[in-house]
Amino acid sequence: MDTLSALGDGFFIALTWQNLLLAVLGCFLGTVMGALPGLGPSNGVAILIPLAFTLGLGATPALILLTSVYYGAMYGGRISSILLNIPGDEPAMMTCLDGYPMAQQGRAGEALALSGVASFFGAFFATWGLVLLAPQLVKVALLFGPAEYFALFTLAFATLGGVSSTNQAKSAFAAALGLGLAMVGVDTQTGVPRFTFGEVHLYDGIDFLVAIVGLFALSEVFIFLEHRSTDADAAPPKVKIGRITPSLGLIRSCLPTMIRSTGLGFLAGVLPGAGASLGSFISYSVEKRLVDKAGTFGTGDPRGVAAPEAGNNAAAGGALVPMLALGVPGSGTTAVLLAVLLSLNITPGPLLFTQNPDVVWGLIAALFIANVMLLAMNIPMVGLFTRVLLVPPRILMPVVAMVSFVGIYGISGSSFDLLVMIGFGVLGWVLRKLDVPLVPVILGTLLGNAMESNLRRAITIDNGNWGTLIDSPLSIALWTIAAIGFVLPIVVGKAMKRRMRMDAEGALRD
Amino acid sequence: MSDRIFGLVGLCVAAIFAWRATLIQESFLSDAVGPKAFPLIIAVVLALSSLYFVVRPDPDPRWPPVGRLAEIGMAVAVLCVYAVALPELGFVIATALAATYLTWRLGTAPLWSVVVGVLTSGGIYTVFHLILGLSLARGPLGF
Repeated sequence: MDTLSALGDGFFIALTWQNLLLAVLGCFLGTVMGALPGLGPSNGVAILIPLAFTLGLGATPALILLTSVYYGAMYGGRISSILLNIPGDEPAMMTCLDGYPMAQQGRAGEALALSGVASFFGAFFATWGLVLLAPQLVKVALLFGPAEYFALFTLAFATLGGVSSTNQAKSAFAAALGLGLAMVGVDTQTGVPRFTFGEVHLYDGIDFLVAIVGLFALSEVFIFLEHRSTDADAAPPKVKIGRITPSLGLIRSCLPTMIRSTGLGFLAGVLPGAGASLGSFISYSVEKRLVDKAGTFGTGDPRGVAAPEAGNNAAAGGALVPMLALGVPGSGTTAVLLAVLLSLNITPGPLLFTQNPDVVWGLIAALFIANVMLLAMNIPMVGLFTRVLLVPPRILMPVVAMVSFVGIYGISGSSFDLLVMIGFGVLGWVLRKLDVPLVPVILGTLLGNAMESNLRRAITIDNGNWGTLIDSPLSIALWTIAAIGFVLPIVVGKAMKRRMRMDAEGALRD
Repeated sequence: MSDRIFGLVGLCVAAIFAWRATLIQESFLSDAVGPKAFPLIIAVVLALSSLYFVVRPDPDPRWPPVGRLAEIGMAVAVLCVYAVALPELGFVIATALAATYLTWRLGTAPLWSVVVGVLTSGGIYTVFHLILGLSLARGPLGF
């Protein structure tokens, strides 16, 4: 009951004209960014953080804007999957399998509308899941001391690569690189400068926003420069949209699929190291095994569109649970959202719910509002979004680059930070070429200082005894899960990745 | 091969990181762990994972041909010049130049690039400065 009244207060906060306007703007921008191939949710949010910050928005409005972008991008990813057979972002990969065949049969409008409804269904119930589960998790989290938190951070890094990770050494390298970057600057506990090489600009540490925008957005520009001539002039094929309202019968026939996929997706989102991509993959494969009696999956079965879309949007909601309740994000985009909170001077975790209830519940209410708006926007206005896909990358990419510069320059007004950002852009490009994941780098720079101070606090409390790290049953459990999460992908990761790729390629060949 | 080189670079980074960590001055008011321990743990993880790349490298990624690498290098150089020139030239001029260069290299015809560059710069200036009131770099001409 407490929860419901808190949620009511949240709606009270979210329903102001400014916040509603920001939600509309965020939903629109998010859908556009999700729809454009190459600009996923993490990129979209990353570019907009500095802007929300320099515009001087308060904590709640800024969060409302950026989470609307997050949810919007999750909706938008499906558009290019269905129309062009190019996933707008990684989780939308599975939507290509049945969405594109449907479009080829002249049912593109139906597929878009159905996937819009499925996205709404998944996201809406996942947000309810968040409302019910997060406060429970907070109760558990209050039992955590510094030693348990240190173990929890390790757990987050160990499982971040996900079950489909192929090379755990590269994930570990990325995490260590990020943590190392976080060490730059004045040590918070003793006040001595570390790794600054006497450069005054570095005394404050490396601003993680600079790192995020460089690693995600600028490296994308370099990737486009690299592939310029190979796929520049491939004009998108014209697809007829057809009717854009799904019939009630179609929705009813997909309802059981949506319910199951939402459950699975939410679970995949909450668990560390799974995230939206896995949510949509699991939903699709389970549905295929359960209901595909006639072998129509992969040839334009509406249920094959509903399953991954409900799954990935439910996972997006689920991923917010550990981020808000524990302060430990489980996916790339929630890591970027964590950056938003940190740059607004809000520390996520159990205390957030008691100290800033207005922020938490305003945010959750905003998620509900954004969902309804997205549904309203996505069904009638889908034609508009498909037109956005016609903007060629050669015009779009410079705009992305320039907007990134505007955001970072707006924060600090110094050329030094811009140069650091370009450096991160190059680093991001090289790491991507070498198949090193970027998300652990980001998470490392974000969490590095918190992780270190928890370690030092735990050991100082116990008079310098390092054994305190594995002293309680809770921390032993966390260390065990971390170890399993790190080792498991080495055993099953290759097979998992191969299956995902096989399913995707099978569809592309048809 | 790429992974082996990457691993060697990683080992060097880890070594330098560890060396710089030992140089951190301890304050007389230190906690039980001190400012060195955690960076040293990080250096060990870096070194171990780099060692793994050297021993068991992944297959090579497809590196772009030299011309394309030069392309990226030029773009980086242009962006660096942009970063430094931004406060000198003012936002509108500097951004128009940089956007023109980028869109030209991404395959827009030369004359059209100028149009796209000017429009990009003007558009961002309008939206972010005139409408949203963000302060952008002000050049000698006042914009």
